[in-house]
Amino acid sequence: MSPQTKQVLNVGKAQLDLLEELTNANGVSGNEIEIREIIRKKVAPFVDEINVDGMGNLLVIKHAKKPNAIKVMLDAHMDEVGFMIVEEDGDGLYEFEHVGGGDERQFVSKPVSVGSQKLPGVIGSKPIHLASEDEMNAVISQQGMRIDLGPAGKGKAKRGDYAAYATKFIRSGDAIFAKALDNRLGCATLIELLKTAPEHVELLAAFTVQEEIGLRGAKVAAYDFYPQLAIAVDSTPAFDFERPDGNENTQYNCKLGGGPAIYIADRGTLSDPRLIRFLTEVAEENKINYQYRQPGGGGTDAGALHLTRGGVPSVSVSVPGRYAHTAVMLARISDWQDTLNLLQQALEALTPEILSGDRA
Amino acid sequence: MEDITPFLLSLLSKPGISGYEESVSEIIADRLRPLVDELTISPLRSLHGLRKAATNERRPTLMIAAHMDAIGLMVKTVNHGFLTITTVGGIDPRVLPGQLVTVHGKKDLPGLVQLMPDRLLNNETASKAPTKNQLFVDTGLTQKELADLVKPGDLISFAQPPFEMTGGYIAGHSLDNRASVAALTLCLEEIKNYNLDCNVVAAATVQEELHGIGAATSTFSVRPDLAFAVDVTFAKGPGSNDYRTFSLGEGPAIGLGANNHPALTQKMTALAEELDIPYFIEAMPTSSGTDGMAMQITANGIPTQVLSMSLRYMHTSVEMTSLKDIARTGRLLARFITDLNPDSFSKLFEEKTL
Repeated sequence: MSPQTKQVLNVGKAQLDLLEELTNANGVSGNEIEIREIIRKKVAPFVDEINVDGMGNLLVIKHAKKPNAIKVMLDAHMDEVGFMIVEEDGDGLYEFEHVGGGDERQFVSKPVSVGSQKLPGVIGSKPIHLASEDEMNAVISQQGMRIDLGPAGKGKAKRGDYAAYATKFIRSGDAIFAKALDNRLGCATLIELLKTAPEHVELLAAFTVQEEIGLRGAKVAAYDFYPQLAIAVDSTPAFDFERPDGNENTQYNCKLGGGPAIYIADRGTLSDPRLIRFLTEVAEENKINYQYRQPGGGGTDAGALHLTRGGVPSVSVSVPGRYAHTAVMLARISDWQDTLNLLQQALEALTPEILSGDRA
Repeated sequence: MEDITPFLLSLLSKPGISGYEESVSEIIADRLRPLVDELTISPLRSLHGLRKAATNERRPTLMIAAHMDAIGLMVKTVNHGFLTITTVGGIDPRVLPGQLVTVHGKKDLPGLVQLMPDRLLNNETASKAPTKNQLFVDTGLTQKELADLVKPGDLISFAQPPFEMTGGYIAGHSLDNRASVAALTLCLEEIKNYNLDCNVVAAATVQEELHGIGAATSTFSVRPDLAFAVDVTFAKGPGSNDYRTFSLGEGPAIGLGANNHPALTQKMTALAEELDIPYFIEAMPTSSGTDGMAMQITANGIPTQVLSMSLRYMHTSVEMTSLKDIARTGRLLARFITDLNPDSFSKLFEEKTL
């Protein structure tokens, strides 16, 4: 932990209210409209251009007020993992598929919100009283689960309706419990940065669709913006637990309380070393708590961004969060605040020169 | 009749885990007080609300009992900023990952039950059905904050808020058996303006989830002439379709089998027919798995009948039941009570010759 962090942006009530509104809203991959409309309203007062492209990405521009500005793309995906109704099964029960990566052991005993009407539903399981010993030892399979709108929900949902976890935002000290912190944390970060963007930067903010099912929105958003550099802002899983076998946990990915996680390498991207060095310097100079995400699997929109057109120098910066792709994620306000400040200070310090040197 | 939903939602929002029922007992007591002549609390903290017969002469006493306790979790250890847990009552560990809970430490803390990520497990434990030893609670607090606030033995309750479903259904944890407490309340409201020819004790019992402890002791104290155990049973739903399950919202289930006195089973069935209340007969070949088991074998034996509302996903945080079935159960019990007098009581138990 840095002794004296220079904090310019604070996460106060307004920012937490924004995050609460964004996480309580539903935006399963392919159905991001509710998130897009919230963000559009939030950013409208202080940006120059707002467009929605053919895939549903919200493309926001805040023009530089000085000449020779550097074109910077900030990316945050709007979509979250969730469910789609695929078949009605009678009696208010509906067969469903999961949208995005998910572990079926996380699905049962959760309330869900179904369709644009937000019908209340649940995913339940066979009572323990009726389960055999063999069943108790087996994972409850998604094939046997149903989204249940109750007997009066018969005919109320239709094939293709999306469903999201119905978790409501909770704050407990420095901790936040909410669904879809992956990646409404990124969305809220971009909204805040658009407010305070420095005048020498041409800020291109892309709120993208369909990240969870293959970085699809980011690919076309980056084509449209074709920036000089791009930063994907996301939430990355923290696996920072004591291992049950007592051995040292060397696979923690990143840690809660460690500040923004700067990506070096993941399955899809080798971050631009110049941008890694630059972000590191900014963090050190401003005494902002930061960490390097352990190189390894996983990925962010940067995987699509850096391959756009003739190539875009890209890096990812993520707020650490536990239990991604489940009904309830957990993150720390202090980590979010450090992420906001790292990115704000980076925008302030950014010049075209940082890209003039060799990659490595 | 008053809408029972707000009261039921308030019942579902209290922990009241078995052995620690005070939080829910208080709001039940407040609701029962104006509906009864005497409200007493048993040594194990069951609530007994007595409606007296409108005469000083001896009258039969009927007990209607619903357990008010709920299943939950308990802290085993406070370990490196996380809590290991055990269960209070029967909980399938497989429904726990991703559950929001409240940890009742020095103050109430939000928490989340979770699984160890597969990458930190070996081949024998990764991607398997979780056992309760593999689950932990994360409060998001630091190791030191947590150690100051929580200790082994602290209770953990489900925190997923209850909610209303489309068209008269309700979902949430602890509908087993707060739905029955609501039915008892409706029954007492329905008989409020009647002069009774029997005594009625409405009991909200403790520790059912740990083998009917409250029901056994309450029945011993009250020593009723006959008794009803009001509880929930299994509704048909995903993976639940055998004879033990009933269509949700299509009427209460009247127990039939050794745990039920045949005279009471017949009488309840006849009343349901008369009142045009839809019902199911719940075959209980050996035991009912309810408070009725302990009640029936109390003292020199109590004629007992089990009456149930069907419910989906029992012992999860998303139990679901029908508000209409709660009202039907209350009405059926009320009618039984207003029909009961010394004469009908003795006729009820006249041995029929074969």
